[in-house]
Amino acid sequence: MRFAPHTDDDVREMLAACELSSLDDLFSQIPESLRLARDLDVPEGLSEMELLWEMRRLASKDRHADEMVCFAGGGAYDHYIPALVWALAGRSELYTSYTPYQPEVSQGILQALFEYQSMICDLTALDVSNASLYDGATALVEAAHMALGATGRTRVLVSEGVDPRYWEALRTYGRGSGYEPEPVRLRDGLTEVPVVGDDVAAVILQHPNVFGNLEPAREVFDAARDGGARAIHAFDPLSLGVLAPPGELGADIAVAEGQALGNHLAYGGPYLGIMAARMQDVRRMPGRIAGETVDVDGRTGYVLTLQAREQHIRREKATSNICTNQTLMAVAATIYLAWLGPEGLAELGRHCLSKARYTAERLADLSGVEMAFPGASFLKEFAVRTRVDPHEVRRRLIAQGFLVGPVVLDAGDRSVLLVSVTERRHRDEIDAFVKAFEEAAS
Amino acid sequence: MTGAPVRRDGPPLPSTLKELSRPGRRAWSLPDLDVPEADLPDGHRRAEAPPLPEVAERDVVRHFTRLSQMNYGVDTGFYPLGSCSMKYNPKVAEAVAALPGFQRLHPHQPDETIQGALELLWRLERALCEITGMHRATLQPPAGASGELTGLLIMRAAHTKSGDPRSKILIPDSAHGTNPASVTLSGYRPVKVPSNERGLVDLEALRSLVDEDVAGLMLTNPNTLGLFEEEIQGIADAVHGVGALLYYDGANLNAIIGRTRPGDMGFDIVHINTHKTFATPHGGGGPGAGPVAVAERLERFLPSPVVARDEDSGAFRWDHDRKDSIGRVHGWNGNFGILVRAFAYVFGHGRDGLKEVGERAVLNANYLAELVKGRYPLAYPAGRPMHEFVSTAKPLKRHGVRAMDVAKRLIDLGFHPSTVYFPLVVEEAMMVEPTETESKETLDAFADAMLRVAKEAEDDPDLLHEAPVTTPVRRLDEAKAARELKLRW
Repeated sequence: MRFAPHTDDDVREMLAACELSSLDDLFSQIPESLRLARDLDVPEGLSEMELLWEMRRLASKDRHADEMVCFAGGGAYDHYIPALVWALAGRSELYTSYTPYQPEVSQGILQALFEYQSMICDLTALDVSNASLYDGATALVEAAHMALGATGRTRVLVSEGVDPRYWEALRTYGRGSGYEPEPVRLRDGLTEVPVVGDDVAAVILQHPNVFGNLEPAREVFDAARDGGARAIHAFDPLSLGVLAPPGELGADIAVAEGQALGNHLAYGGPYLGIMAARMQDVRRMPGRIAGETVDVDGRTGYVLTLQAREQHIRREKATSNICTNQTLMAVAATIYLAWLGPEGLAELGRHCLSKARYTAERLADLSGVEMAFPGASFLKEFAVRTRVDPHEVRRRLIAQGFLVGPVVLDAGDRSVLLVSVTERRHRDEIDAFVKAFEEAAS
Repeated sequence: MTGAPVRRDGPPLPSTLKELSRPGRRAWSLPDLDVPEADLPDGHRRAEAPPLPEVAERDVVRHFTRLSQMNYGVDTGFYPLGSCSMKYNPKVAEAVAALPGFQRLHPHQPDETIQGALELLWRLERALCEITGMHRATLQPPAGASGELTGLLIMRAAHTKSGDPRSKILIPDSAHGTNPASVTLSGYRPVKVPSNERGLVDLEALRSLVDEDVAGLMLTNPNTLGLFEEEIQGIADAVHGVGALLYYDGANLNAIIGRTRPGDMGFDIVHINTHKTFATPHGGGGPGAGPVAVAERLERFLPSPVVARDEDSGAFRWDHDRKDSIGRVHGWNGNFGILVRAFAYVFGHGRDGLKEVGERAVLNANYLAELVKGRYPLAYPAGRPMHEFVSTAKPLKRHGVRAMDVAKRLIDLGFHPSTVYFPLVVEEAMMVEPTETESKETLDAFADAMLRVAKEAEDDPDLLHEAPVTTPVRRLDEAKAARELKLRW
C-alpha cells in the first residue's frame, strides 16, 4: 500500500526547489550515529488484496457474537445497532475530521456534540454533560478526581458492587492523584449505606451493580450528600427509559460506559465514556464541552467552550489531561438515541427486563443452578451460582454456541456467572440457551 | 479545487433535533415482545419519560447528512493542521475493522475464542517495538494523552520501586499542553526547560535543571517546532546521569519512521499516537489509541494485562499475573478497533512503505516551507524543518492582521487552515503540516493561497478581518459562549 502521490519528477522538482539533491539530505540533521543503518524488521508491504487476505485469516480465527448467541455482559452488551447509525456516523466528512478548533468549518461535529450533550442531560436528569471521555472506567476515574477537587477532601469510597475493572482503574490513577479507593461493603449483593465522614470526597455506586442488581441508590446518595461528599453514579444509559435517572436519585455526577448506545462490541473499544453533572461542577469537568453562541451576523452556531479548563490552555493546572476523546462514538450515540426516542428507549428497557426475567426464572428452575442474589431485583443482567465451576459452565456453553459471562467474584470471593439478556434475544434462543445451560451445569 | 463545506448562500442551517421533534413521531421499531411482560419494583421506576426528541427516521438521516456537509474532513480537502498529521485515512482500514471477527468480539470472551485478535495485538506490539527501538509495549491507552499518563505512572512505579520516587518532570517550553497536564495527574510537578535561539532544548539550561529529584524529561523529537533535537545524545546523558528517565512523546514519530528510532536515541518510554503516524481516522476529535513502548528494564511495570505467547503451542493469552504492573489504565483492552486499523496501516505499508511515509512527509513540509517563507518567515530559520514547519504571521501585524485572520481567510479560499498560536513560544505562530499524502499540485495551490492572503493583508486587510464569509456561520462569539453558558437545549 502506498498513499503518497509523488511521481519521480515531483520528487526531483521538489528537492530542487529546496536546493537538495537527495531525499537523504532531508534528514541530515539526524546525527550519523543515530541513523538506522538497516531496514526495519517489518515484513514487506502488501497490496490491498493481500492485506485483506491476511486480515480475514486472522479474523477467521476468532469466534464472534454473530456465530454464537450472545448472553455476555459485564459492561459491554449485544444491543441492536440500527442500520442508520453507522451509515451516518460513518460519513467521511465526520470521521476524517480533526477536533473542531476551527468552528466555521466544523459545525457538523459541533452541533452533533451539542445535541449529544443535550440528550445525555435529558437521559440523566442532570444539568450538564461533556462531549465524551474514553470509556466507563476512565470516566469514573475523572469523576473521582472532580470530587476530590470540588470538596478539598481526600477519601474515595467505592461500593464493592462496582465493576472490578473500574476498581482497578481507580487504583491505578489513584496512585498519581494520591488516594486509595476504599470499599463500601455489600450485603446479599446490595451496597450497605456507608458512614460518610467529613474527609470523604466521593461515594461511588454502580446501579445496576456489577451483578446486575438494582441498588438502594437513593439511600446511598442521600448519605453521601448529607456527609458533604459528591455522590457518583455509574449508570447504564440504556436502562434510563425505565429506571429512575441519576439526577432524580440524588447523584451529583453520573458516568457510564456508553457502548450500548449504537457502538460495536469491537472487543472493548472504541467505546464511549459518558459524564454528566450538576451545574455546580461545570468548571471542574474534564474534556471538551460544546456550547451554543452566535456569529458576527447573529446566526446561531456552536463552539468548544470553557476551554480555560483544558490542557491546551491551562496546561499543568487543567482539570484533566484529556485531549483526544471519543467524539465519533458520541455522534453514533446521538444518532442512536434520536432513532429510539423516549418511547423506543422505554420499550427497549421493558424488553430487556422481561426477557432477562424470563431467562432467570427458567435457569433458576434447573438443578445445580440458583440465583446468586434471590432477594435482589435486576434489569437486563443477573448472576447465577452453579454447582459446577462457572468457568467450566461457560466453556461448555461456548462449545454449544452460547456466549455468556463474565465470571465475577461475589463479596465472599465465590465465583458467580453473569447472564445478560438484551432486546435482541428472542424466545427460541432463550429456550435453547436454557436447555444448553441445563447440560452444561450438570 | 478543494471545498469548504456547505456554503453560506445554500439552504438554511439545520434546526436541532429538538426543534424537529413532534409528539408521537418515531423512528424506532422492535419486534413484539415474545415473553411475559415484567415490571420493575416501586422506587426504581422512572416517573417521567426522558424528554428526548421524537423524530422520524428520515428526519434523522437528513439531519446528520446535513451536519456532515457542514464539516471539513481529510476526504473533503487539504488539512494542514500542524502537529495533527491529518493524512489520508485508508478505506481498506475501515473495511478490515468491520470484519465480524474483529467488530463483533465481546471483550469478556475467553482467550481461546479470540486467538486472531490476540495474534493481531501481539504482532502489532512487536512491530511498534521494532519501529521505536523498544522492548515491549502496552496497547491499552486509548489516546496519546492517556499514553503520556501511563508512561509517567510507569516512571513513578520504577522510581518508587528503587526507593526514590522523586518529584519533578522536566518539559520543554514548546511542549503540547497534555505533557504538563499529565505530569500533574501522575503526582509529579512540571518544570519548564527553555528553548535556545535555534528552537531546540537549551542543553546548558537543562544541565543546570537536572538533579536527583528529577524523575524524567518528556521530549518530542522532532520537537513541536518541527526541528530535530540534534543534541539528543547530550540530553539523554544529562538525564540518565542523575538516574532520571527519558520519555518520548510520539506526536512526531511519523517524521523519522524507518530513519532513526527513539530507543536508539536513548529514550526509555515512548508513546505513539496511532492517528498521527498510522493514519487511524480522528473521528472529529477521537477515538485515538496511544500505545506505550518501554525499555526492557521497565517491562514489568506495564499496565496489566499484556499479551503472552506460548512458545510451544503458539497460542496467545492475556497475562494478568504481573505484580509490579501499574494496573489497568482503560476499562478494557484499549481501542481495539483503532488498533486493527493501525495494524492494517503498518503491515500494508511494510518496511519500505513506512520509510517512504516519513520521507514524503518531510519532503512536503520542506517544499511548502520553501514556497511560503518569503511572506511567512520561519520562526527558527537556522534549522531544517522535518514533517512540519512553524512560520510566523508577524510581518502582517503592521497591517493590523493576525494569524487568526489569515486562517479564516484561507477557509474562504477553500482550505482548512494550519494550526495557529501554537507552539506558544512563537509569536503569531502558523504551524503547517502537509503530510505525505498530499500532491505537489495541492501544495502549490495552498502556497498560492497563503501568498495571496499575505498580499490581501496589505491591500485590503478588512477582507481578512471579515473572513470567513462563505461558511454556514461566520466568526463565532466565543466570549459569549463562555459567559452565557448554553450547553444543552
